[in-house]
Amino acid sequence: MASEKPTRRGFLEIILGGGTLATLGAIFYPIIRYIIPPAGGEAKLSQLKLQFTRADIEAEPKKAKYFKYGRELGIIYLTEQGELMALAATCTHLDCTVQHRPDLGIIWCSCHNGRYDMTGKNISGPPPRPLEPFIVKQDGDVIFVSREEA
Amino acid sequence: METETKDRQPTLSDRTYGWVNERFKLDALVEYMSGKVVPVHGHSAFYYMGGISLFLFIVQVITGILLLMYYRPGADSAYESVRFIVSEVEFGWLIRSIHSWSANLMILAVFLHMFTVYFTYAYRKPRELTWLTGIGLLGLALLFGFSGYLLPWNELAFFATRVGTGMAGAIPVFGKDILIVMRGGEEVTGATIGRFFGLHVAILPGLFTVLLAAHLIFIQRQGISEPLDWHALPESDKKHQKFFPSFLLRDLLVWLIVLNVIAVLAVLFPDGIGVVHWPLGVKADPFAPPPAVIRPEWYFMFAFQALKMLPAHILFIEGELFGILVFTVGGVVWTLVPFLDRGRAGDRSRYFMAFGWLVLAFIIVMTVVGYVVE
Repeated sequence: MASEKPTRRGFLEIILGGGTLATLGAIFYPIIRYIIPPAGGEAKLSQLKLQFTRADIEAEPKKAKYFKYGRELGIIYLTEQGELMALAATCTHLDCTVQHRPDLGIIWCSCHNGRYDMTGKNISGPPPRPLEPFIVKQDGDVIFVSREEA
Repeated sequence: METETKDRQPTLSDRTYGWVNERFKLDALVEYMSGKVVPVHGHSAFYYMGGISLFLFIVQVITGILLLMYYRPGADSAYESVRFIVSEVEFGWLIRSIHSWSANLMILAVFLHMFTVYFTYAYRKPRELTWLTGIGLLGLALLFGFSGYLLPWNELAFFATRVGTGMAGAIPVFGKDILIVMRGGEEVTGATIGRFFGLHVAILPGLFTVLLAAHLIFIQRQGISEPLDWHALPESDKKHQKFFPSFLLRDLLVWLIVLNVIAVLAVLFPDGIGVVHWPLGVKADPFAPPPAVIRPEWYFMFAFQALKMLPAHILFIEGELFGILVFTVGGVVWTLVPFLDRGRAGDRSRYFMAFGWLVLAFIIVMTVVGYVVE
């Protein structure tokens, strides 16, 4: 039925449809670009100097303190052997914040009873992956944390 | 091939309509709506002013929601977040510019809408409540403008708000209390931002939506007002066009043109132009002296200028108080005009026309004087 010959109606439909699409594009393109948040101004960290000392961590009842590494939350804690270790503090299951349980000798997520060993390896409960470790260096009283260079 | 299937079985849209119709009786509504007509005459262009105001309000809602994504109220964050929007967020400058342009154009459209309604006697019976809700919407639009102006927490906003809320303090007896409630304290501070923010993004939109719904339902229920001289015309001489789709399509075309006008203005003049401008400028500093020229928004200029020109004392009361009293009386008369103008349909009433022109002339003259006289 449809003839191959271009018709006035067909031409108008293309102009109208194209115009409508172009208008919607011109409206929604800036809106979508606007909604996407700009990347944060924080530079990539190579190393972070903590604002507290080993003594401050020892004074904590749970023998642990939290720190911000860029936009990431980290936890630094004292093991039974008296060693300082640091891990990403965001549970790999559903993004709760993990805590140090010196009484159990584990890193524990209270939201769904997720358990990690002291090196951050997931050992029981729902967490699918281990917690990423930080490298901890001490220079006298000052503690530095950093990520392993790729 | 397409026509063949159409004859045999209903299309998807037919079936969707059928599904909804079966449950909500759409047919009755469609029949009612299809009977709606719009008068066609020399001043038909006036009928678009309300629609333009509505469209600009929709633009305000959409751009307002977008600005809310990054705006943070508070003395320590408001200015910084607006600066972030216009300098860091992609197209943030455009969204803020459209919000500001559309706000100003909306006030202008609302004023034009109101005066065209007034001068064509469209407020008369049976449209008294449409007029009243319209006046309410105008008041809310002005409050939107006043409260939104403070939110960037820049120098201009700070001093304009101080002067504006200070005027409320001149009201007798309750003035001081009103001022403290408006400012959230004795002075314009971060607490004021919190109040104005809540007003601007929650209370006013809520009230506005309710009044707007009533306004639109009244119009749909009563139909569009006919011009005065149509009352003497025989039915056969009256020209109409259907609301659906003829008028609606024209309305949409006007909206598209308005959107393009806003887009051009926002891109060419992102900070506004002339006396209608909103540069972000420097952050508000309560301890700094005000800038040399401190002016209200153009739509408050006539009131600002009139109050400024009054002598310190008139008869036995303060000049400013006298001015506020006159404005209050004028506003009450203007609001109640459908009830005061007892002229019958088809009759002109000289007094109310004279009053209308007087008000319009007063607003225009005072606005011009406000900008010309330093």
